[in-house]
This record gives sequence, C-alpha cells and structure tokens, in this order.
Amino acid sequence: MHFVVCIKQVPDTNDVKIDPNTNTLMRDGVAAIINPFDMYAIEEAIRLKEKHGGKITALTMGPPQAEAALREAISMGVDEAILVSDRAFAGSDTYATSYTLAMALRKIGDATLVICGKQASDGDTAQVGPGMATHLDMAQVTYVRKVDELDENHIVAERLLESGYEVVESELPCMLTVVKEINEPRLPSLKGKMKARKAEITTWNAADIDADPEMLGLDGSPTKVVKIFTPERHADGEMLEGEPNEIVEQLVSKLKDVVLGVS
Amino acid sequence: MSDVPIKVLDDKCIGCTACVKACPFGAIEMDEKLAVIDLHICTVCGSCVEACKFDAIEMAEKTVSAKCDLSAFKDVWVIVEQDDGKIESITYELLGEGRKLADDLGMNLCAVLMGADVQSMADTLISRGADKVYMVDRPELEYFKDEPYAAVMIDLVNKHKPNIVLCGATTVGRSLISRVAVSVNAGLTADCTELHIDPESKNLIQTRPAFGGNIMAQIETPYHRPQMATVRHKVMKESDADTTRTGEKELHEVAEAILKARTKRIKMVPEEDNIVNIAEADIIVSGGRGLQKPESFAILHELAEVIGGGVGASRAAVDADWIPYSHQVGQTGKTVCPKIYIACGISGQIQHLAGMSSADIIVAINKDADAPIFKVATYGIVGDALTIVPLLTAAFKKILGK
Repeated sequence: MHFVVCIKQVPDTNDVKIDPNTNTLMRDGVAAIINPFDMYAIEEAIRLKEKHGGKITALTMGPPQAEAALREAISMGVDEAILVSDRAFAGSDTYATSYTLAMALRKIGDATLVICGKQASDGDTAQVGPGMATHLDMAQVTYVRKVDELDENHIVAERLLESGYEVVESELPCMLTVVKEINEPRLPSLKGKMKARKAEITTWNAADIDADPEMLGLDGSPTKVVKIFTPERHADGEMLEGEPNEIVEQLVSKLKDVVLGVS
Repeated sequence: MSDVPIKVLDDKCIGCTACVKACPFGAIEMDEKLAVIDLHICTVCGSCVEACKFDAIEMAEKTVSAKCDLSAFKDVWVIVEQDDGKIESITYELLGEGRKLADDLGMNLCAVLMGADVQSMADTLISRGADKVYMVDRPELEYFKDEPYAAVMIDLVNKHKPNIVLCGATTVGRSLISRVAVSVNAGLTADCTELHIDPESKNLIQTRPAFGGNIMAQIETPYHRPQMATVRHKVMKESDADTTRTGEKELHEVAEAILKARTKRIKMVPEEDNIVNIAEADIIVSGGRGLQKPESFAILHELAEVIGGGVGASRAAVDADWIPYSHQVGQTGKTVCPKIYIACGISGQIQHLAGMSSADIIVAINKDADAPIFKVATYGIVGDALTIVPLLTAAFKKILGK
C-alpha cells in the first residue's frame, strides 16, 4: 500500500504579531512549520503503515525552503519525500495548487490513499484536498476523525459533521482530509532525525510533472487577489469596573436587549 | 509580457523599504539597497505596487482574456443545504445575500435543491427570495454524498451557466463546492465575509480573512465563470419570509450514471450531548484555562442554558480534556460568529481570536488585565469569571423569569 501525505509549510501563527503602528503582519523571525493539520495526516499515515505495511511518501509544493518540512516528516517516520517547486507556481490559487499537486500524484502513480490535513492554517480554505481528488477523479472522505478499517480495496472512516459523525465506506484509491481529533502526532525519534538529515529529497519542477504551463501559477488561477488590508478591530472597548455585583448590573443592561431578542 | 508576474525595476528602486513593510506576506527583502521579491512566497497581490512612491515595482499586465464567453453566464445561484427535510439556516443567509447581488446585476436568484422527496421545500425557498428553484429529486440523493451531489451540480451548471454560485462554508458545502469548481473551471473563494458587485466590471468582489483573520483579502474572478464563493454561518443576514412571493420551479432530470458513488454511508451517529451547535449559536459562553478545573464548565453551561446559548472553549481547555473537541473555538476548532461571545478565563491567543473575533459583541472576563483578549473585547471585565458568571446567571434568570 502506498500512502501519500500532502503537506504545506506555513508561518507559525504563534509567532505572527501585528505591528501596532502600521497594522501589518510582522513576519520577522517567524518560524516556518508544517501546517498543524498536516501533522495529523502524517501521524495517521505512519499508524496505518505500522498496521498494514507499505510505504509513505510526503509531497509538498513550495519554495526550496519547504524542504525543511519534508525532512521533519521523514524524522517522524515518512519514507520518501518529494518537493514540487518552480517559479512558475508563483501566485497559485487553490485551483492551480490542486492541479499542480494532482500532476505530481499522477507522476507518483500508485497512491492507494492520499491523506491531507483538513485545511492549511494560513489560507484556511479546505479546497485543495477535494480539488486535487477531482483533478484525479478520485473518491474522497473529508473531515475524518477516525479510520476504522482498511483493506486492499476499501476504507471505512468516520467523518465529522456539524451534527455528529458519519461512518463512510469508500473504494480505494481515495483521498482523506483529517481533523485534529484523529490522533496525537508523535515527536521525531533521534534515529528519525538522523535519517532525515541524510535523506535525499526528490525535487520536481513544472516540466518534470508534465504540467500544462497555462494551468500553473497566476495564469492558471481563476481567482486574483486585488487588495489586501488589515481588518478593523474593536479598539475602543469599554472596561466595566466596580464591585462584582455592580459590574454584572452594567453588563446585564448592555446585553439585555440582545439576549431578550434571542431567547 | 515578461516571464515573471511582478518585478522590481533596479534603476528606479531607491531602497526606501516601503514595499517591505507593505507586503502582507513577507515576500520582499532588501539586498543591499535594492528590494528583492521572493516569487515563491509572493501572491502578486499588488500591495507593494501601491506602496512604492517611485513606480519601481511593475506588475505584468494580464494579456489573458476571458476563458469563456462571460456574457453567457446569468443568474445568482444558492446551493440549498437541508438535512432530512429541514432547510438549514445558512441557506436563508445565502438567499438574503444572493438577493442583493442578483438585484445589483439585474439577474434572477435561483436556489438549487438536491435530495430525496425535497419538492415540498421549494415554496419556502421562493418565500425567502428565490425567483426560481431547480430541483433534483432522487432517492440516491437521500443524504449528502460527495460524488453524486457534485456531479448533479456540475450537470446543472453546464446546462444553465450561472454567473455566481454561493454555498455555505460548512463541512458538506466545502467538500461539495471544491469538486464542482474544479470540474467546471470556476474560481472559488472560501469563507467570504463580504460580497459585492463592482459597479464597473460587474465582477463579484469577495472579501475574506486570511492568516487567522489578521489580514483581509479582496478577491476577484475576472476571466472565468461561474464565480463561486463559500460563506460562513452567521455572517450574512437571513432573508425574511414573504409567502406572497411567487417563483418558478423546475425539476431537473439527471442520467443514472451521474448518481454513481464510490463512497457510501454505513451509519450516521448524531452528537451525543445534544447541545447547541456552537457554529449556529447566537450566544456563546466560552471557557479557557483560567477556569482552573473542569467542573467550572458547569457554571458556563448554566449561564448558556439561561440565556439560550451554547458553550465554547479554548484549545487549552480542550487539550486538558475539560470539554470535548466539538466545543473548541479557534483556528484548529470552529469559527463562530455569534451576536454575543462571552470569553471566561480565556487569554486570547491569536489562534483563538481567529475563531471568534467577528462576533458582534465580545465580553471578556479575565483576571489578567494584560490578557490579549481585552484588545478585541467590546466589554472587558478584570476579575474572576467564577465569581462574575454565577451573578450574571442569577441576574438573567430574574429578567427572563426563569
């Protein structure tokens, strides 16, 4: 069985601060990490391999620096890693990104199960996984909180919905996106770290994956960012002061109308 | 057109670093006295072009023309989300927003209703603003399945060519619309908080948060149709029901092959502690590590019950196993947009703020006066939530006669 985990390197939002003067993101010294949701995807692939055997490949699209994310994945237990990187990918939206990753998966060829995090923490779209599955005409189970069964041809997984969860059976190959509830990602072992340092990372460019140049980057992206701005915040919040019962009295008078409207 | 989408003109750049500061993505660095754009990080948003006083950054003019005949695409569509015959409120929110867009464009507002035995719901959709309801009524569509639902939508889009398609940013909505958009070569923008029509281009301008709500981006789909967008719960206003409204209903027949699925539901397990789904709650009482012990959540549940709300939690409280994950608000949990959000003992990490900062009224109760939660609070209280909350519950009990 060949498990392919798709990951993304993102800025660590723990580090992201807003410059109070310019109201822009201060990204100096912001660490690049593996998208937190992708950590669950990596962990799940490792657990499935431990149980069912096979091979795990980590796949990412990004700048040359994204190699660090792949090495971290290897240190956790991933076998092979592929970086898809090309200047032609600049400005890719979710459509172009899912196409690019799909072309890389096509080149990989024999993926039985593709596992992604439910979304990336920088864009929060949750569109790339399903988009990729569509480009490949692959079945999908999104928001998976547990894998119940896996055999040669089928997978049974629990999908988290707003109103509960649904147990879904899918044919393989299949694409899963996973939620935090599914597992607790392991820390890399010392042996894993040494392996990661020495590991050879395969790098593919646009030509290597046989991509249509018109489908890539800015040209291949139907959506265009036309403006970026910093949202307004409640800067003029009001502090309520006094004894607890006085505070509560003030608060009740502020909230009363809304509460009465709702109840 | 040059081979790069954006570049710094070396002879014009004086090294003032205005662009470095303006770049929301940290894609520009100074190399000696010259700005250098890292194209791997750049999203070509143009913020630096605006910031540069010396016209030293040039963005390639798009030579691409429309990928299809844009004028052939008419009407604003809303994908109806329903569960077992009950229309979800997100649908009414989409109809409310869709109505405005359709009126601005002088187009019809259409609802797409898919499911089994769903035709009786069409009148409700018309009363809520739809001019036309496309119905696909098949036993195979009894519950949401990614592939057949997507295939039916693709069939409808290819036949009727909508200009705009709106869908809820729910688990079902996101899974469905992503497949549809790729199949019909449409632009898709996730989690829009504001939508409007550009008066000149007539394009849909989509505003959405990125980086956990730290920045907002405006996004357009200039050369493709349909323009597709998902919208989060509680962000748009529901349309009012008007039973005197009239509209058209059209039953769309689909070929058998379209309904094939490689996945099937084995069973559905509803959430056990049948409490309010916080993504839909108008009021949320939320707790964090400041509550000190799991038992403290009982106090929050009590207040929530009295004022008709749900209970939320910070990641810290969930990680400590004080409350199940389904209650978690924030970047790795749920994004909520209630009328009132009461944060009790929550410090306000950026990831938490990302999930709740668009609430109408934010009440923060925290012992630490420097907690970041106070920066987004409408009303701040420096104090112990364990003291304040029971008093609040008692006061509202009196007012509501409970």
